Amino acid sequence: MSVTYNDFVIRFANVNGSGSASANGMFAKALFRMGIPVATRNIFPSNIQGLPTWFEVRVSAKGYLGRREGVDIMVAMNAETFGEDVASLKPGGYLFYDNTKPLASEFHRSDIHEIGVPIAQLLLPEFTDPKQRGLFKNITYLGVLTALLNIEFDVITGMVSKQYKGKDDLIEPNIRAMEIGRRYAFDYLDCPLPLQVKRLDALGDKIMTDGNTAAALGSVYGGASVCAWYPITPSTSVVESFERYCNQLRRDKATGKSKFAIVQAEDELSAIGVVIGAGWNGARSFTATSGPGLSLMSEFLGLAYFAEIPAVLWDIQRSGPSTGMPTRTQQSDVLSAAYASHGDTRHVVLFPSTPRECFDFAADALDLADRLQTPILVLSDLELGMNDSLSEPFDWDDSRAYDRGKVLDARALDEIGRFGRYLDVDGDGIGYRTYPGTHPSKGAFFTRGTSRDEYAAYTESPAAYQRNMERLLKKWRTASALVPKAEVVSNGRRNGVLYFGTTALPMPEALDNLAEEGIELDTCRVRAFPFGEEVEKFVREHEQVFVVEQNRDGQMRQLLVNELQVDPARLVPVLYYAGLSISANEIQSQIANYYSVNRISRMTEVKS
Amino acid sequence: MTFVAKPAVHHPRLPVNDLGLTRRDYEGSVSTLCAGCGHDSVSAAIVQACAELSIPPHRFAKISGIGCSSKTPSYFLNRSHGFNSVHGRMPSVATGANLANKELYTIGISGDGDSASIGLGQFAHIVRRRINMLYIVDNNGTYGLTKGQFSATNDKGSTNKRGAPNLYEAIDLVSMAIQLGASFVARSFSGDKKQLVPLIKAGLMHHGMAFIDVVSPCVAFNNHNGSTKSYEYVRKHSETVVAADYVPAAREITADYAPGTTERVSMPDGSTLHLYKVAEDYDPHNRVEALHYVQSRQERGEVVTGLLYLDPAAMDCHDILNTLDTPLNQLGTGELCPGSSALTAINESFR
Repeated sequence: MSVTYNDFVIRFANVNGSGSASANGMFAKALFRMGIPVATRNIFPSNIQGLPTWFEVRVSAKGYLGRREGVDIMVAMNAETFGEDVASLKPGGYLFYDNTKPLASEFHRSDIHEIGVPIAQLLLPEFTDPKQRGLFKNITYLGVLTALLNIEFDVITGMVSKQYKGKDDLIEPNIRAMEIGRRYAFDYLDCPLPLQVKRLDALGDKIMTDGNTAAALGSVYGGASVCAWYPITPSTSVVESFERYCNQLRRDKATGKSKFAIVQAEDELSAIGVVIGAGWNGARSFTATSGPGLSLMSEFLGLAYFAEIPAVLWDIQRSGPSTGMPTRTQQSDVLSAAYASHGDTRHVVLFPSTPRECFDFAADALDLADRLQTPILVLSDLELGMNDSLSEPFDWDDSRAYDRGKVLDARALDEIGRFGRYLDVDGDGIGYRTYPGTHPSKGAFFTRGTSRDEYAAYTESPAAYQRNMERLLKKWRTASALVPKAEVVSNGRRNGVLYFGTTALPMPEALDNLAEEGIELDTCRVRAFPFGEEVEKFVREHEQVFVVEQNRDGQMRQLLVNELQVDPARLVPVLYYAGLSISANEIQSQIANYYSVNRISRMTEVKS
Repeated sequence: MTFVAKPAVHHPRLPVNDLGLTRRDYEGSVSTLCAGCGHDSVSAAIVQACAELSIPPHRFAKISGIGCSSKTPSYFLNRSHGFNSVHGRMPSVATGANLANKELYTIGISGDGDSASIGLGQFAHIVRRRINMLYIVDNNGTYGLTKGQFSATNDKGSTNKRGAPNLYEAIDLVSMAIQLGASFVARSFSGDKKQLVPLIKAGLMHHGMAFIDVVSPCVAFNNHNGSTKSYEYVRKHSETVVAADYVPAAREITADYAPGTTERVSMPDGSTLHLYKVAEDYDPHNRVEALHYVQSRQERGEVVTGLLYLDPAAMDCHDILNTLDTPLNQLGTGELCPGSSALTAINESFR
């Protein structure tokens, strides 16, 4: 029988709150430590305990990290979802289950392999505490999998020892439970399976982490000292990680005092208010939220745009509208972020794709907020924020100093003539600001959401109001040259594909598959709004541009149409918004289908 | 309406404070509120209090929400930065401002609509967060800018200009502030400068959340017969229970007070607060008793004024968070960035 190495999708079906997460996490980490590219996806309910949860690991020697349809190995540990879990297996796949009770006849499928292990029965004589038996079930199936898939056992046991360091009495029973499963597999099952893993050297110095952790760390490195937030899935771990890293890295050595202040506010309105108050008073500050929070923060975002106050907002997007599917991913806040608030507002938005980019953009956003004196919104999503993914390691250049933007200190104020907060001295639309309390007699001004003149004095003069709004547009043009550039790969092909954020994950696989079908596309990964010239050029130079995104209404496409004044017919929507992350198969089939329906010629046809 | 600067010249014999500055150095621009508005008296009291305290006039952060009251930070302390923010959200902006720089004196100005209706949640939470600030509500029981609707602090049965009664219960911000953990709670009347100025001084010097509810009649919409927030009504029904006087460290004078009725409270900066008890049975250090007293008098239609509750030893938010002595907004890359070597170890933890 031929053996396939390092190329499968394994899915663990569990009950949430049953302690499966740590065992499943160890599984993925073990493969990572064997040098094999992996991507994890936690598909979990909005619930604390008792509902179905799935953990999926994509193993791909080619380094494809996006979601792939179909499951090769199902670890079916949840009776409630057993039927649908069996059904989701690809023909030829492997069903792993606890056969302490025999499999009901309706679950049998003739086109899959059944691997039953009497886990409950094996643990019964070994562990007397029923709670322990429940928890060790997970570790036992992990033990079975090490044998079935040929996972290096010392990699896993090493991880157990490290994970329970300090709680040494837990190490022995965990390893014992794992060995029970492993021994059973060797004694009674055909090991290893034709689908297995093999040590690779495909990862270099890559790390495995999630986007929220990276965002938090980037905010520490970028100098955020005030953070205010309100708990909301899937953004909560941004601030929890920020607090953890601050406690570790931001305490004064001599006094133990904190070089940070974190406030869990009463709601999102308050959270963004605190951020804006701190930004106004010269501290770098940020918040993290998700769609409903962004809606609540919109009034304040308009104030910060108009009053020109730095602020950073992370939106870890989830499925909307309303409460939607709060534990499922989407990219559906693009428009509400870009144009948040009443009146003529436009906000700088960044779109990270990887944990490394979350780290970089966290620090860059704080610089941009100070430089542009405006809110910077960073749009991540649940897929990137909460799932462990391969990433380039984090990097920091020690010669980098924070760009605090145009701020006048007391000496600078003494040297200039009359201070005008909103005077466009340099022609880039950005005025000079002062921090409160800087100078005894100069530089104080009144910040307001109402109209004012160049010297910050209240006015209802039509001309002054319009001058100010025009200057904000000039600042917007300045912003388009400062934000991260799109990543463009242009080989003079007729058509292109444009995408952003986590839609980048399945893209290499989708492009490879499309190329095999004779469809070759140039690519543009948008990393920021306002769009830079390179985005405009990309759209202009391609007949058709597929805009791939994870929402129903093609929000990025709308933004492109609106901002670039491009003929909508040239931008073809490729959409997926059912709550899982978009798969390579989905992208491939929608684009290929468009080629077929519109009879666009393919490379293979041209050649023939 | 446009911005009007006040003329800079002043009388040569105006008294100067310890910094050699006169009251004029603490003023703002010309008020655009209605003539006779109680809020202007509050602004004037703030000017006097700050000048008498000899705090450098640029060392304040003035934050407000939206409404007539929230316009007033323009009318005092022109040398300090001000921020007229979002309706009902002054407390969150003040929280951020205070977290960023603990050395500035944070003054929050709000109104009854701003704090008791749209911003009631923010009011409650900044009080329990114990931000070190002076929080003043100019309380006139009405929405002035939108022309005379009842606000949530308007007493049930009190009438509007056309004689229609308010049908709903009033929210008493003083009772809420005491209950939620403010360590300095006072009520005063804009028409009683003698009482208000010392309260503002004491509130500014207090370490922690100092809340003053100032009944401040609206001459345009809520100063008629039938209103319980009119000049006449408040003058007739107010009862001072604890008069306060703020005495700077250097010049304590005790002769003004009859022995036995004065209590001296030490303030963090070494100065003293004199509490002069008018009502013998009132204990301003007992939270439960104070709350009971205020509410039982309220039942009888009386407006209890003065320093109603004080806990001079309370912690503020910075104490709770254990923040560095240096203001956070003064920390640079060197203090805030852990550097690349720490990152190497962090990267390793993800392998």
